[in-house]
Amino acid sequence: MAEPIVSLTALYPRSRTVKISLLFIVVAVVCAFFSDVEITTLYPWQEMSRLAHGLITPDFSDFRVIVNALMQTIAFAFLGVSLGAVFGFLLSLVFDYRLVHMTCAILRSVHELFWALIFLQFFGLHPLTGVLAIAIPFSAICAKVYAEIFEEADTAPYNALPGGSRRVVSFFYTRLPMVWQHIKTYTSYRLECGLRTSAVLGFIGLPTLGFYLEVFFKQGLYSQAAALLLTFYLLIATMRWWLRPQLLLVYLILSIYMLLPAAVDIDMANVKRFFTEDIVPYPLRALDDGTTTVFATIQNFFHWFYELFWLQAFDGIVQTLLLTQVSLVLSGMLALILFPLITRHFQGTIGRGLGHGFLVILRSTPEYLLAYIFLQLWGPSMLPAMIALMLHNGAIIGHLCGRYANEIVLPNNSIKGVNLFAWEIVPRIYPQFLAFLFYRWEIIFRETAILGMLGLYTLGFYVDSAFEEIRYDRAILLIAITAIINIGIDSLSRRIRQYLRLTTTVQCGQ
Amino acid sequence: MYFLKLLLFCFMLSVQVNSYAKDFVFTAIPDQDETKLQQRFDKVAAYLSEQLGVPVKYVPVKSYAAAVTAFSNNQVQLAWFGGLSGIKARDRVKGSTALAQGVEDKKFVTYLIANKRTGIPLSDKLPDSIKGKVFTFGSKGSTSGRLMPEYYVRNHFGEAPKNIFSRVGFSGDHNRTIALVESGAYEVGAVNYEVWENAVKLGKVDTNKVSVIWKTPEYPDYQWSVRGDVDATWGSGFVSKIQQALLAMDAPDLLAAFPRSGFITASNSDYEPIKNVAKEIGLID
Repeated sequence: MAEPIVSLTALYPRSRTVKISLLFIVVAVVCAFFSDVEITTLYPWQEMSRLAHGLITPDFSDFRVIVNALMQTIAFAFLGVSLGAVFGFLLSLVFDYRLVHMTCAILRSVHELFWALIFLQFFGLHPLTGVLAIAIPFSAICAKVYAEIFEEADTAPYNALPGGSRRVVSFFYTRLPMVWQHIKTYTSYRLECGLRTSAVLGFIGLPTLGFYLEVFFKQGLYSQAAALLLTFYLLIATMRWWLRPQLLLVYLILSIYMLLPAAVDIDMANVKRFFTEDIVPYPLRALDDGTTTVFATIQNFFHWFYELFWLQAFDGIVQTLLLTQVSLVLSGMLALILFPLITRHFQGTIGRGLGHGFLVILRSTPEYLLAYIFLQLWGPSMLPAMIALMLHNGAIIGHLCGRYANEIVLPNNSIKGVNLFAWEIVPRIYPQFLAFLFYRWEIIFRETAILGMLGLYTLGFYVDSAFEEIRYDRAILLIAITAIINIGIDSLSRRIRQYLRLTTTVQCGQ
Repeated sequence: MYFLKLLLFCFMLSVQVNSYAKDFVFTAIPDQDETKLQQRFDKVAAYLSEQLGVPVKYVPVKSYAAAVTAFSNNQVQLAWFGGLSGIKARDRVKGSTALAQGVEDKKFVTYLIANKRTGIPLSDKLPDSIKGKVFTFGSKGSTSGRLMPEYYVRNHFGEAPKNIFSRVGFSGDHNRTIALVESGAYEVGAVNYEVWENAVKLGKVDTNKVSVIWKTPEYPDYQWSVRGDVDATWGSGFVSKIQQALLAMDAPDLLAAFPRSGFITASNSDYEPIKNVAKEIGLID
């Protein structure tokens, strides 16, 4: 992928875009140098050919399992996203308040799987665990995006109102109609994300798609796994036909009906214990017993923190950042290769149809699942995670760039192929492409951290270990560290976008 | 409208707070193939129902930690734990006790197994040649798959596993460890000896591809633990009734679920050695 860079350098030798791009590429190369990339399995090809064979011979015979897994996946996604959208909408109306805005930033910075792990400790496998794990971060994301949509909306009708119009009335008649379509589109995109998240929640024990996929993959039942995955792709690819506003209520009631049987006894004592005892750092708990002095307790606390930070968190942070930076650049490169597949300047109608199908498959497969599969095949190194992150994020950014490129009208059609790509299209979409990529930076970081739960030594590994050791104090601190870095990356990304003067609408990038 | 319905749903969920479970529920750590857990333990549930005269239900859990959490949250009252998970669980529930252990659990051992391509032979001492290999433990919370092998490996090399092996993984369960070492995904692994012997007996493992290279010294492992408050709910003497039922279990198809040859009494103090080891390598505070 040297062409776009070379061409850009020629076009705008000292442009900020080029400088930032080169900086990120250099950082990624250095990071790749320090990353652990290797295929460690002794016979990787044997298992890969079995997997490939399974994928082309899907086995739908266990139909009940497939239907049940999909229904559960949809039910969790529906309730989680609905709650998220409703609360997100309410929050977006007061998003100007610093408190709201900051709270949302914090809620957003914790990954859905981490939320689920937290709720799992006191709710157990109660449906609330899954619903809240989706609803909480999704309300924060929706709040932010809805607020941005309101901000960008045309305020002329509102301004044209006579003074003294009632606020509620003017909101419903002049503000809301201007953004409604936009909010609807974004919310249905959120549902697609929610379906992916819901599927992945199965990996920690909820009865969704991931639960069965993990079982099938562990057993090497690749044909059964393929059947599940294919139905899932079909579900997402056909969303625009079955997701109708008039059916929403029916879907919601069905979802509640699906999940209700599992909604049994929550003991508030467990919730209380988690928040008042379990997450209090271990050395501080001694204060209540009165067995130590305040000074000794403080000393013990610093020792505890020091050990946790240097023996676990630090290594986790380094590994997570290395993997994030490499995956970010790889995703960008893949996106630039993939977007022509769905662009009218390069493809006919049929070609674009196929391209869309291919990208739907890549982006509907959660990176967590992809990484899980590649880890089984290639053994534990960063390679499986890099490839997984690249494929998933590359497909999403490629899809967005393709849609953007389709709107470009070229002055003449005389050039074709590589020249058209490198000299006409890429330079035109490049700023937009960078905007999409930088929007995904914090998402890639969150995902990278999570992938540690599969056995890479990123932050998720240590979080998972802490939960596995029933040391919730450590788990919460590690999650907080992950969240702080995530917020840092988010604000750095915003600054870079300002520096590059990328002021584009973002909804789909999030 | 939708919003109201959702609020109603949340309300419906919240009114169920604090309701008591009627069934007596038990679980077991998912130390082997997860898909077979239900069929392994449903028979045990039926046996206990009959012996105790109350409905007994088995619920499967996804991880060792989930078994401990279910026990401490009173979602299960009885559990078949490993040495380490039992200690963590009993630490979190005042008055809980170890009731019974398998005959084999008094003298449990871990096997280190290696893929034949490594060329490491069986030896009496921990082989130095495992240094630098790609190594897998079982679950992070396992006694035989993690705690004890890590303890012996640390003692022998004087370093953390991370610095001894080229890579350290956690397979999740013992069957998985065998499968991964057999396939060559990992070169060396630590496995529960009972699970290994059982797999060999059933012909589920190709001993031309993977073999035992070292056996650890003996230590106490699995046990049944019960919450201290069950007598209050199910009547006094219920704990000893459970203990009698467990000790009397002798049908081969029931015992095959564990797999053990029978059960003998156990007490909390039997597991002090495990607790000390766990403290020494920093797995519990």
